[in-house]
Amino acid sequence: MTLGRRRSSWVMVTGVAVASLALTACSAGSLGSSSGGSGTTITFLVDNSDTGVAQGKALADGFHKKNSDITVKVETRPGGADGDNLIKTRLSTQSMDDVFSYNSGSLFQQIDPKANLLPLTDEPFVKDVDESFKPQVSVGDEVYGVPQGTPFGGGVLYNLDVYKQLGLQVPKTWDDFIANSEKIKAAGIAPIIQTYQDTWTSQLFVLGDFHNVSAAEPNWADDYTKNKVHYADDPVALAGFEHLQQAHDQSLVNSDFASLTNAQGLQMLADGKGAQYPMLSAVTTGLFASDPSAATKIGFFALPGADAASNGMTTWFPNGIYVPKTVTGDKLDAVKKFLAYVASKDGCDAITSVSAPNGPYLIKGCTLPSDVPQVTKDVVAYFDDDAQSPALEFLSPVKGPNLEQICVQVGSGISDAKTGAEQYDQDVKKQAQQLGLPGW
Amino acid sequence: MATSTTTVSPPATATDTASPDRKRRTLNPGKHYPSWFYIPGGVIFIGIFLVPTFASLYFSLTRWTIFKSQFIGFDNFVQFFQDPQLVKGFVNTFIYAFLTSGAKVVLGLGLGMLLTSRIIARGYLRSVIFFPVLVSVIGVGITFAALMNPEIGVINHVLGWFGIDGPGWLTNPSLALYSIALVDIWSGVGLASVIYMAGIVSIPREYYEAARVDGAGPWQVFRSIILPLSWPATSTVIILSLIGGLRKFDLIWAMTRGGPGFSSDVIASVIYKEYQAGFYGLSTAGNVILFVVVLAIVFPLNRWLVRREVEL
Repeated sequence: MTLGRRRSSWVMVTGVAVASLALTACSAGSLGSSSGGSGTTITFLVDNSDTGVAQGKALADGFHKKNSDITVKVETRPGGADGDNLIKTRLSTQSMDDVFSYNSGSLFQQIDPKANLLPLTDEPFVKDVDESFKPQVSVGDEVYGVPQGTPFGGGVLYNLDVYKQLGLQVPKTWDDFIANSEKIKAAGIAPIIQTYQDTWTSQLFVLGDFHNVSAAEPNWADDYTKNKVHYADDPVALAGFEHLQQAHDQSLVNSDFASLTNAQGLQMLADGKGAQYPMLSAVTTGLFASDPSAATKIGFFALPGADAASNGMTTWFPNGIYVPKTVTGDKLDAVKKFLAYVASKDGCDAITSVSAPNGPYLIKGCTLPSDVPQVTKDVVAYFDDDAQSPALEFLSPVKGPNLEQICVQVGSGISDAKTGAEQYDQDVKKQAQQLGLPGW
Repeated sequence: MATSTTTVSPPATATDTASPDRKRRTLNPGKHYPSWFYIPGGVIFIGIFLVPTFASLYFSLTRWTIFKSQFIGFDNFVQFFQDPQLVKGFVNTFIYAFLTSGAKVVLGLGLGMLLTSRIIARGYLRSVIFFPVLVSVIGVGITFAALMNPEIGVINHVLGWFGIDGPGWLTNPSLALYSIALVDIWSGVGLASVIYMAGIVSIPREYYEAARVDGAGPWQVFRSIILPLSWPATSTVIILSLIGGLRKFDLIWAMTRGGPGFSSDVIASVIYKEYQAGFYGLSTAGNVILFVVVLAIVFPLNRWLVRREVEL
């Protein structure tokens, strides 16, 4: 009898456990769709950088004010390679948010837009998008996204006070840049800041130099995509790697380059402990938000090449906002209204309110306020002078994943420029083959 | 009328009058349950282990973008061995695995001996030694990465008090892998000690008494009694730590992500980077290689270790 009672209580316990297990399986469901009662909710996926989140929320809130029956819920994802992976996985498992922000250019090509994204070519708001941006979010004639924010430049951020103090001019050739750096070093300030704890920052010498490569060889990007020209055997392209090596070999770099992070490097620049930081102009947003006085202390100039006459800026286009094919019905209408908002003056103003623009807006009718930081004014000047061209990743889908580490190796003195260039050429071969490009 | 076939009769008679009960027992000595009891477990095993294993063997022979795959034969494997960064990762994996495994065996044995002898605060010391095993590996990695910062980290700061100029633990390319190995040893030696403690404690007292009667000194006791008789514990620690070391990923990723450059890459982080870059076929090929390598090392090692075991 004792056995029977114990057994029946065990059966009850097991039964309750199994039942609750079964219940947990059906509770999660899809949390996003609450289209009853207070209107539609759409989810907007942005990257988790300060700028990304701030801009996402600004667009969501600004849009909700104009359309109170639609709520935009902002969700975040990691940036960098982890984020690339997450986007690809969600698209392939059809579990992507209703609208998402992601890079344009070659990274956009890698998420198989024809298969996964909704073409927006015939939407009315697409005609307000600047023509220079459209190729970055298109496959063939179909446009798949609208720009979020402004393009920015890749070049050298520099401390204006240090330059004024030492009487230096903005360099227009690489030799001038080195000469300036030597003078800065003599004054006891770190001439060039490198921050290899954030490995992506090591690529600027190579990637930011692309305007000079394009200026010298206009067809380079095309030939590169067709495997006709490479970094290792083309002296003009190799120059980027050689500059990286030269900065290390001539001891023009800060002594703690291996352990500094991007944020620490920017702080060092703002404090005047370092004078020049090869960097994208867009990352200054966080610094200026926390330290507004820095906005007048830091300027920007393009990475100089061999030729002063063709000096110009390498431009990175902003993220695009895309719609996966899985969105239909009410949500699709809401999403299209959201995109129309983004591609309008209201959208631009919403972004301006949370992050100082880094360049001119790519939407017709958007204007820049007059109190933008010096960095932005310098970037806009390059646009006005028509002295800018897109970075390689916007002209060619070929980009290897290991450039960061290869540049860290060259910049730390572990390998030399030629070896680094050869390694990178081998690295992009994998990417090109993965994309199925002809000629590789 | 009850016949002899249905009644249970005493086992004195011959087998032709065996009861159905004993017939079942002699025909199926181990099986008390019907075969279909295996089905739920079998389905899970096949679905979660066998199917993905064979699927990955197939996909390692393709160029795979998750959206579509294209059969390319052994190209992925050839590429894996041609790429200098991948080869470096291979070499690093072996260095890392054998270094951490060897250190855990030696230190684990020493600590095991210490913690089974009569010392004060033995219970407290046992908890302290074992505590790092319980802490999240990612937490350990991030903490030590901060401690090992060459300019502002605590370790170099303390070394500075003694006038020693601390090196760049994680920023010097020749040191990075060894620094991570040290942290791995710190984090895993507790488990090795616990296994050794169990092995040492299970040695019967008679051996020690016999040795004492024969006049053996402590070193002879160690060499002739403890070392051979704790061989099962030693072989367990070797196998577990070697497999773990060959597969290690989380600590390395948390501390340096394979940097600076590629100097602390191991196979697992190389595979992860390929996966991150979207080269799913290549990364699957890397996983197959890792699987084969671990099998090739551990299988013969296990056989050799078991053969050397002394029966207690």
